[in-house]
Amino acid sequence: MAERGFILDDVSFAYGDKQALAGLNLQIEPGCFYGLVGPNGCGKSTLLDLLMANRNPNSGGIKYNGCSLQQYGRRQLAQQLALVPQDFTIHFAFTVQEVVLMGRHPYLPRFGAVGKDDLAIAQKAMAAIGIGDFAHRYVTELSGGEKQRVVVARALAQETPVLMLDEATSNLDVGHTMEIFNVAQQRVRKQGDTVIAVIHNLNLAAAYCDEMIFMKEGKVAANGPTKETLTPAIIANVFGVESQVNHDQFSDALQVSFRYGSQ
Amino acid sequence: MTRISSQNSSKRVATLAVLLILALVGMVVLSTGMGFIQISAGEVLRVILDRITGDTNLTAGLDPLFSYVVMDVRLPRILTATIVGSGLAVCGVLFQGILLNPLADPYTLGISSGAAFGASLALLANITFLGVYSVPLFAFVGAIATLMVVLYLSSFDGQMSANTLILAGVIVGAILAAGISFMKYMADEQVAMIIYWLMGSFASKTWMDVFIALTAVTGGLGVAVFYGRDLNIMSLGGRSSDSLGVETARVRKILLITGSLVAAVCVSVSGIIGFIGLIVPHLMRFLIGPDNRRLAVVSALAGGFLLLCADTVTRAVLPVEVPIGVLTALIGGPFFCYIFRRRQRGMVYG
Repeated sequence: MAERGFILDDVSFAYGDKQALAGLNLQIEPGCFYGLVGPNGCGKSTLLDLLMANRNPNSGGIKYNGCSLQQYGRRQLAQQLALVPQDFTIHFAFTVQEVVLMGRHPYLPRFGAVGKDDLAIAQKAMAAIGIGDFAHRYVTELSGGEKQRVVVARALAQETPVLMLDEATSNLDVGHTMEIFNVAQQRVRKQGDTVIAVIHNLNLAAAYCDEMIFMKEGKVAANGPTKETLTPAIIANVFGVESQVNHDQFSDALQVSFRYGSQ
Repeated sequence: MTRISSQNSSKRVATLAVLLILALVGMVVLSTGMGFIQISAGEVLRVILDRITGDTNLTAGLDPLFSYVVMDVRLPRILTATIVGSGLAVCGVLFQGILLNPLADPYTLGISSGAAFGASLALLANITFLGVYSVPLFAFVGAIATLMVVLYLSSFDGQMSANTLILAGVIVGAILAAGISFMKYMADEQVAMIIYWLMGSFASKTWMDVFIALTAVTGGLGVAVFYGRDLNIMSLGGRSSDSLGVETARVRKILLITGSLVAAVCVSVSGIIGFIGLIVPHLMRFLIGPDNRRLAVVSALAGGFLLLCADTVTRAVLPVEVPIGVLTALIGGPFFCYIFRRRQRGMVYG
């Protein structure tokens, strides 16, 4: 039986001369919520691009479900992996529903039309994210936060076992952020999906992630269960800030508090 | 702002397509009758049907000159104008879709300037070893060479960004424009010919032109429709479209080359005709929404109709034949400004 999930074996990647990732060894298992954290420019988005096979490693290999990522076709991958990118600009006046339906593209034959099932899946995704009300509005008229939710719904409509979120809630208020993370968490718990989320807010990560991957300067600084990795020592090493980590009863999760201000 | 919901838009597209086809056919017949020798629509149809069916009874009693005027003088020109209009509109759809910029067209990529440079060179150097096809062929080579330079300048590490593409196109276009100016300065008797060519014309087109343009444009339209849905998804940006199973880099390259080939053929047949590729996709997107599969087909019909109308006005209505490129610029320029202002004020139609 082939190993499920991702296995990264000594993966390195460089943009021209600039080394972005160096010697990454990771295992990403199904049925887990992964948080990918680290300072700006530490290679988080690049790692997602490699996992999506949008870019290929310069050395080392990535296996998904036992096969090298490069052996999959684009369409096959699109039925396995969905990505919510940081950039959510949509350049033409498609309606919200049309954009969400684009999530069904990997399943449609080239000249095939969108079927009833596809429409039902798209509507379910829109309802889950709470954008069902503006299905027929133009995406170009929406606010940044609304657009971001449309893009998340599009990724959900793709119905893939792996969902990657690249700062998918950067423009959202706390309510809408929780809405999206709750939907993602449900998929991990109920369907055994994998979620890999780049998150800047450590407390948000602490509340949702089963596993944390701390990155620093293109390397994995620490990775493992949130309980073990979310420590003041690791936070200090990765982000260079002083912090305290306590269990918070109200949220029933680890929460980080920082010493703000300069001394 | 018109609102289109996905439910009734299919009907709307079909209606628009049928209307455009009727208008186009009507305009071809009407236009063929117009000119120095007036021929009625019925007589035009009889001449055409005679040629198709070989039934000479149809043209019995008609001036034999009519047959010559319709079949050998007017129809080639009229059909070339129509097909070139379609081609330019399809190019517009492709370039706007690939560059994610509703203001893009063959000019933005420097392709038209490249074609003009090639043509000017042939005219200046008096190159005629290929007969009447020397100038179009040089225009074509100029367009393709420019495209290759622009692609080379804007690709890095196998990636190509829309912004660098436009920038490279503008820079190369500016250099070529300087070259054209210099050639005009150097040319004595050929300068009139160069200027005439730069302003575009459908005068004295032949069935050969019709055939060349038709091949390129139908091919281009086919490719545009084939990759239409990929192009739609590419409007979400490269990272998203890759993740949705579209081979973004490859599709972009194929469509870019297709659009450039069609543009090159159109320009080499007719000279420089601006704004059709810009305006038509804009108007159609406003009417039927941004789905590129529908947009390509409807824009092809509308572009053909519009350019045929413009060419008919300059050929048969105006007392002096105004170069078609000048006419489209005079109509299209202000329209472009209007769209540009709307965009800036944030009233984006999309």
